[in-house]
Parts: sequence; C-alpha cells; structure tokens
Amino acid sequence: MKEPLRKSVLAVGPFHPLQEEMEFFQLTVDGEKVTDINVRLSYNHRGIEKLSETLQFDQVPFLVSRVCGICSASHPLAYVQAVEEIAGVKPPERALYVRTIINELERIHSHLLWVGLGGHFIGYDTVFMWAWKYREPVLDLLEEITGNRNNYGNVKVGGCREDIPDELIPKINQELDVIEKKTEMLTKAVLDDPVLHARLKGVGVLKKEDAIKYAVVGPTARGSGIAIDVRRDDPYAAYADLDWKVISQPEGDVFAKAVVRLLETFESIKMVRQALAKLPKGPVAVDVKEIPPGEGCGHAEAPRGETFHYVRSDGGNRPVRHKIRAPSYVNVPSFKASCIGADIADVTLTLAAVDPCYSCTERIAVVDGHSAVIHDYEELLRLSREKTARIKKDIGTSPMKLEAF
Amino acid sequence: MQQNELDRQLSRIQDKLTGIDRKAANRVFLPCEAENVYEVCRFLFSELGLRFVISTGIDATGYFEVLHHFSNDESGCVVTVKVFICNRESPELDSITPLIPGAEWIEREMHDLLGITFRHHPNLQRLILADDWPEGVYPLRKEVQA
Repeated sequence: MKEPLRKSVLAVGPFHPLQEEMEFFQLTVDGEKVTDINVRLSYNHRGIEKLSETLQFDQVPFLVSRVCGICSASHPLAYVQAVEEIAGVKPPERALYVRTIINELERIHSHLLWVGLGGHFIGYDTVFMWAWKYREPVLDLLEEITGNRNNYGNVKVGGCREDIPDELIPKINQELDVIEKKTEMLTKAVLDDPVLHARLKGVGVLKKEDAIKYAVVGPTARGSGIAIDVRRDDPYAAYADLDWKVISQPEGDVFAKAVVRLLETFESIKMVRQALAKLPKGPVAVDVKEIPPGEGCGHAEAPRGETFHYVRSDGGNRPVRHKIRAPSYVNVPSFKASCIGADIADVTLTLAAVDPCYSCTERIAVVDGHSAVIHDYEELLRLSREKTARIKKDIGTSPMKLEAF
Repeated sequence: MQQNELDRQLSRIQDKLTGIDRKAANRVFLPCEAENVYEVCRFLFSELGLRFVISTGIDATGYFEVLHHFSNDESGCVVTVKVFICNRESPELDSITPLIPGAEWIEREMHDLLGITFRHHPNLQRLILADDWPEGVYPLRKEVQA
C-alpha cells in the first residue's frame, strides 16, 4: 500500500508571540514555503451584537466603544450615525467638528502605535520606544477632551457628550506641532532606510484584484492601489468641509502599507488643525426623544479601515438587531492571497500587519567607556546618517523623498 | 459610478427584485426572492463593481433575513440586498462565497449563530463557536437569552 502524502503544518497561536489577541494560524508548509493558510479565531468572543440587543439605544455607544480599545471613537460613531439615520436626527455643527477632531486624534495615535509595533516586530525596538513616546501626548489630549485616554464615551445619538473647551485649543495646536515634527522625522527615516527597503519591499504583496475579491478596506486597500476612504466617499462628521487627500500606493507590499499609514498621519494632523480653526460656536447635542421603527447603516473610517454598523429598530427603546463589522474582519482573510507562496519569515511579518519604521536616536548622550568620548545627539545623528549612507551604497537602493508624495 | 448612473443600472435588474427602497439619500435596499440572491449579488459585484461590505443575518420572528451590504464608493451609496428565508426549520440560502471570497467568514458566522445553511459554500466550518458548543443551539436566535 502506498503511504498517503503527508504535509507539514506549522501552528502559530492561539497565543501569538507578538500579538496581544488570540488567533490561530495553521500554515501548511513545503520546506520554507507556505502553501496554504487556515485561520481560526474567536477564542475570546464576547457576543457584543447579542448584548447590544439588551441595552437601550443610548447605552450602546459605551458597549461598542469597547469593541476595540484603539478604535474606540470610530465604532460608536458608526453606530450613532446609523441610529441618527433611522431617527432623521441632524447633530449640531459643532458636534460634527468635535467628532472629527476626536476621530483624527484617534487615527494619529493608532498609526503611531502601529509604527511602533511594526518596528518592534522586525527588531527595531528603538522605533517602538520612540513612536510610543510621541503617541503619549495624543492620548493625554484625548484625556483632556473626553476624560479618558481610550474608550472616550464622548459620542451620543444627537451629538457629543462633552465639548472641546476653547481654552484647550492653543494647547492642542502646540502639541500637534511637536507630533508633526517627530512624525516627519520617523517618516523620512523610513523612506530613506535601505535596510527597511530591502526587508519590506515586495513582501506580503496583496494584488489589487485580490484586494477587491477579499473586499479589504483602509490602509490595506489603499496600500494596494484602491483609493477608498469613507471620509471622502460618504462624508460624515465635518470631513466634507476640510481640505485633505486620500493617500494610496500601488505596490501592495508591507512597505506600501507603512507609507500609507505614515503619510495619513500628516493628513490627520492637518485635519485636526483645520477643524480647530473652523470650530463653529453653539451646542454640541440635540435632544433625541425616541427612535422610530426602521433600519440604518452607519459607517466610519477607523484607523484600520471602514467600520460598518447596521441597526434595526422596532420603535422600542432597544435595537432589535445590531450588526458590527470591524475592518480586520475583511482584512485578515486576505492573508490567503498575500501569504501563500511566501517564505515563513515573510509570512509572520505579513501576518503581524507590520508597519515598519526606523528612528534615529535623539536627546541622549552616550559615553563610550573605553575612550571616554561623549557622543551627544548631533554626533549620534551624524554617525547614524553615515552608517545609513554606507549600507545604502552596499545594497544599492534608490532613496525616496517625503517631498515626492 | 455616479449616483444617477447607479440608479439607472439598478433598474436593469428590476425583474430579479421585488422592489427598490431608498431609505435615505445614500442608502438603497433591494429586496429580492431567495432564489435570485446569487444573481443579484453577481450583478452588483461583478458587473457594477460594487465593493462587498458585509452581510447581516437577522432572526425576525417567524422567518430569517439575510442582508448583503455593498458599497458604491464613488458615490458613497450603500446598496443592501435583502432576502427573506421563510423555512424556519431548515433555513437555507445560496452562498455568495464562490463569487466573493470575502464573504466566506460572514457566511460561516451566520451559519454558526443563526443556523442558516449556505448552499455551495466551499468551507462551512465553525468560525465563531467553540468546538464543544452543543449542536443545534444558535446564540443569535431570539429564543436564546443574552
């Protein structure tokens, strides 16, 4: 009797060494090459859609802001937009601006978080430290505005719960200036770093036609040349009043996704500045008495892509059905297209949805114990640039300039 | 595709639909018979090039509803195909996964949570429920308490 063909399966998870959530990837491998991938998830299913049916309409935002701690502004926003559609409610102008500002601050901190994690995943822990350090003031600002660093609980049907005090505006602008400068440094470093080019270009490519088949959204779609963005396509909050652009890159590899995220951070900073300058006067909420029977779809562009909420009301005080679609739900299955045929080492990188980055050192003094030479910031920066130039020459990559975008 | 072009295109499949409901400026609902769901979704996805967003399964007392949401990103319009499944004992519907691989998970999820079987689905295994979850208990059905 012939022996049946055997295949090797490499199990990653359910406790992923890098990611904090439980997922289980079964990689079928032929030597170093991945030939199939199977994903199991829902090890921590919380039944939020079912729970939502037990809560009143005005309690649900608190629940859905806990769908994800990072996207805790976009989920409740998509939900209240669906309910406002059913009720035919239009929130006051100022509320729309406050929603925009909070959502863009969220995007800045989320993209910086991913830049940091991306650095960590590929062994650039300096980037992790720096990106998270720059992210910290954004969380502080959110805390000052909403009372919370995450799970802001600021959006409600008919408007917002808390206003942005006018006295806070100069401080927000000041912090944005600092964050912009730091992000610019990180971005330039990424675009200019030959090691990152070598490691990330052509890795985990998601072709445009696969991106359409798997219906991916957000930076994953925009990194594959599909320039979709709910903020522009179906404008909500105050996005239609602001001047900004949708960033997209055609390559579809890990590098393209990183570039998209980094450049989007600048757009978000721009949007917050404009929204603060234009912030209309007036109340931030209107009274909503009851929700009539009906159904509504609300969607918002979360940092990872479109988050979609469908709500149905029967005229009572609770939704009879509330469907939530987070962006990763459509982004993760696209691994089937981007990982098969790749090396295991590249797959782990692609799976971890890496946003790579590189940072120079700053504001430190290193004392070389042997020669007692003190390297200050300027000196370290010079050494770092020299090293980069040397590697560039060795590898022979062509540099990219931030100004070219 | 701009909105008026989309409206014109949608009228091309009117014979496969039981109505065209416009619930808000940018929200169109297309109720259709269960046997036409694949054809309507094929038209929206392959011919019009709409983006598949997600599906919603609903236990409306007495019957099930499956909504397939699509988005025409150029005009920001959400187009929802709405199907009613009247057989509560063994609810079945044609799968759209062979057409749209991005629908694989959500159909498996609806199978798990509502007990709807999707015909011709390539891999209708459990996605949400644990392996030791009892057979025949569908958590998103109304008779199951939260």
